[in-house]
Amino acid sequence: MGEKSVVAFRLNGEDVDLDVPSDSTLLYVLAYDANALGPKYGCGKSQCGSCTVLIDGDPVRSCDVRVSAASGRHVTTLAGLRETDGTPGPLQRAMIAEQAAQCGFCTSGAIMQAQALLDRNPNPTESEVRSALNEILCRCGTQNRIVRAVLRAAEEM
Amino acid sequence: MNKTLSMSRRGFLTKTGYLTIAFSVPLGMSTELAYAEDALADAHGDLRSNPMLDAWIRVNADGTVNLMIGKVELGQGIVTAFAQVAAEHLDVNIERLDILSGDTFHAPDQGTTAGSNSMPAAYGALRVVASEVRAALLELAAEELGVSFDDLTVEDGTITGPNGEQTTYWDLVDGETLHRQATGHVPIKSHEAFRLIGQPVPRLDIPGMMNGETTFLHDLRPEGMLFGQVVRPPTYKARLLDVDTAAAEAMPGVMEVIRNGSFLGVVAERQDQALNAANALRQAADWEVESDLPRNENMKEWLLSQEAIVSKKKDEPRANGPEPTKVIEAEYYRPYHMHGSLGTSAAIATLDNEGVTTVQTHSQSVYPTARAIAGMLGVEDDKVHLQHVQGSGCYGHNMADDAAADAALLAQAVPGRPVFMQYTREDEHRWEPYGSAMVIKTRAGVDEDGNVLDWDFDVWSTPHGLRPGGNPARLLPAQYLDPPFDEIGIPQSSGGPPNYNTARNAIADYAFPGHVVTDHYIPKAPLRVSSTRGLGAYANIFAAESFMDELALDAGVDPVEYRLHHMEDQRARDCINAAAETFGWDSYEGGNNRGRGFAYARYKNYAAMSAVALEVEVNPRNGRIRVIRVVTASDAGEIVNPDGLKNQIEGGLIQMLSWTLKEEVRFDDTRVLSDDWASYPILTFNEVPQVENVLINRPGEPYLGAGETLVGQAGAAVANAVYDAVGVRMRDLPFTPSRVQDAIRG
Repeated sequence: MGEKSVVAFRLNGEDVDLDVPSDSTLLYVLAYDANALGPKYGCGKSQCGSCTVLIDGDPVRSCDVRVSAASGRHVTTLAGLRETDGTPGPLQRAMIAEQAAQCGFCTSGAIMQAQALLDRNPNPTESEVRSALNEILCRCGTQNRIVRAVLRAAEEM
Repeated sequence: MNKTLSMSRRGFLTKTGYLTIAFSVPLGMSTELAYAEDALADAHGDLRSNPMLDAWIRVNADGTVNLMIGKVELGQGIVTAFAQVAAEHLDVNIERLDILSGDTFHAPDQGTTAGSNSMPAAYGALRVVASEVRAALLELAAEELGVSFDDLTVEDGTITGPNGEQTTYWDLVDGETLHRQATGHVPIKSHEAFRLIGQPVPRLDIPGMMNGETTFLHDLRPEGMLFGQVVRPPTYKARLLDVDTAAAEAMPGVMEVIRNGSFLGVVAERQDQALNAANALRQAADWEVESDLPRNENMKEWLLSQEAIVSKKKDEPRANGPEPTKVIEAEYYRPYHMHGSLGTSAAIATLDNEGVTTVQTHSQSVYPTARAIAGMLGVEDDKVHLQHVQGSGCYGHNMADDAAADAALLAQAVPGRPVFMQYTREDEHRWEPYGSAMVIKTRAGVDEDGNVLDWDFDVWSTPHGLRPGGNPARLLPAQYLDPPFDEIGIPQSSGGPPNYNTARNAIADYAFPGHVVTDHYIPKAPLRVSSTRGLGAYANIFAAESFMDELALDAGVDPVEYRLHHMEDQRARDCINAAAETFGWDSYEGGNNRGRGFAYARYKNYAAMSAVALEVEVNPRNGRIRVIRVVTASDAGEIVNPDGLKNQIEGGLIQMLSWTLKEEVRFDDTRVLSDDWASYPILTFNEVPQVENVLINRPGEPYLGAGETLVGQAGAAVANAVYDAVGVRMRDLPFTPSRVQDAIRG
């Protein structure tokens, strides 16, 4: 474990300065130092997507990069998609409206991945949504609900 | 900011102004447990073992209602369904409920949440309790308002008399303790009056999940939390000969290295530090390793060659009548499957200064697992407190209980500090208790029209149900302690009616003149196994419904027609017809390597029933099967929450399609080789078909458990559709492209 050093980035619009070992995994820093609820450990090797966050708008598997990947950049998690009053944002509302979860463990990663798609392509086709989410695994079998939610969000955004 | 667990979870127990109802009004009945006949039948053991009303429901002066249940949320929406039932029978809005589930110290022991049993088992108890609490409050109101009980109406806890006089539940509670047994004598609201039951009430936990609020065990951050990891042996029976812990102990952040027999673990200040130290320990450990596994490619032969305990699960051969004109036989194989929880199992354990170990866990079986952990730690049962918090979906007995045990062991080394322990993906994949591999041989004698005269069904399997119960040896870490808990207690019987085990759904629901089901149970576990979605049902339904298709085609009869010909039960026929009609079975035109497949089953022969019709396209060049669209038609009795039911049915279907098309635990003679999602792939978004779910509601009929409504039907329907598409019969799971190619090439 490396020497501690200060890492600074913006998390959901707020400046964060953390004194953490420089070789820490981004996921654990977000989860346990910055207390971001959302990204989850699922596999540790970019296979399942449940740890997905946005760095400068791009989806990144936070389990598989060091914290330095976020240094000086904008990191977005579920909290960053909320409205300013803390209520769910458009994609989150669509996920609630479609009841697009069972256990919900993949939800955070799926939402972040879908948000990145919608930011790039505000009116995706169903097949574009499926392809964008293809590296997000869901074990409960709620894929169709998630796809419907993303399409609903696109319509409402 | 860290949020302490005691506030986030246990808040209501310390809430000031907490009151319970006092039953000052004698209700003219014995307080002894005397159930009315119908309530007795309905209320199930859950109420008889937890008869006190205030063990389930407390009404508070602040307008909230505490609901305490022993069943737990696994992503199946059960807490929302229970809230619907309680709010319905209490006549309060669902938002008033503050729900505590699966707390071994503070919620009634309802055993294990499994087997699609929760609604059938708990519904009866909950509606009796809620109705009795409501009636007791109305008795108080009648006295206070000076009117007759029968003239009162209730709307969200506000009670109104015939002349508009009002009081509320919250005004009536008076601070004395409600501690009174349920009687079973209170009338219960009938389904015609339901306002919440039957409605698609949104899941109570979904908004928090979507909004990134505390939902999961993995979201808890108790003050002073440390991070633990366990170093698993290289193989099941490996023995730790020697380990030099010095290097790991000197690593940054390492608080404790724990060695007990062959159990090796570490506690550190940070998660990365715990993982790094665990890796260092793994490098430094010297193990004695065995190589005695059968290898996955030999598993079918292994199952058929073991000494088995043979028993007849149905033994009704035809006594007389004509010889069959033809005998048809087939053999089917199911490999080991993983639960494959997307999040690896985790737990948080804390040893307090009174010697109580409290564990936050996502176990399905907090009550028996608490006893098993107490046994492992060598303490009294009241020194282990389990609290259920949601985790990743489990689909059966995954590693949640092992994680609770591991965390509890690690926590003993750092009293007063909470220890969070989450498995690595490799550990979860390699060590979880799989669903057993199985072989099924079928044999049918048919008459001149191809209809079944004699149906013989033989099942070979290792165990399916090895939940901890109270047995420490069924907790993974306990097997490696010194001295080890090594009496896993593999049952010497494979289970009987009504649930069965290896033979679950081995008895078909069709009316066959001769019907014999024989179970060949192998009481060994070369790979660790336990309850996995449907137990034996997936393979048994896959085999039976594939074989029905083979018989229909041999008879030259449409497979749906053939099923209807052998099916007497009207509700089953309704499901079959609904699926066929909605799919457009009769007007279907295949061709171009496309085909249709059908299957039907009633889970456990008594729970919910479901028919599936689906279409596949097979690419003969690369052997890939694409499932294009699926129709399900299901009857789960009276529906509590139609959206929740559809979610469960479709989710089960998709998971079973994944098993069918892709999944097999691979292992050599030493170790499991499927250790990540690349070596154990599952269905992805692009591969998930369009699904239409038809629900047949049966108001007034009993609730039928629905979590496993759709298991083996998915496998059989795909096999039958592949045959329809390209004329090859797939009998060995999974239907990987190479297997399909091999079959097409003959």
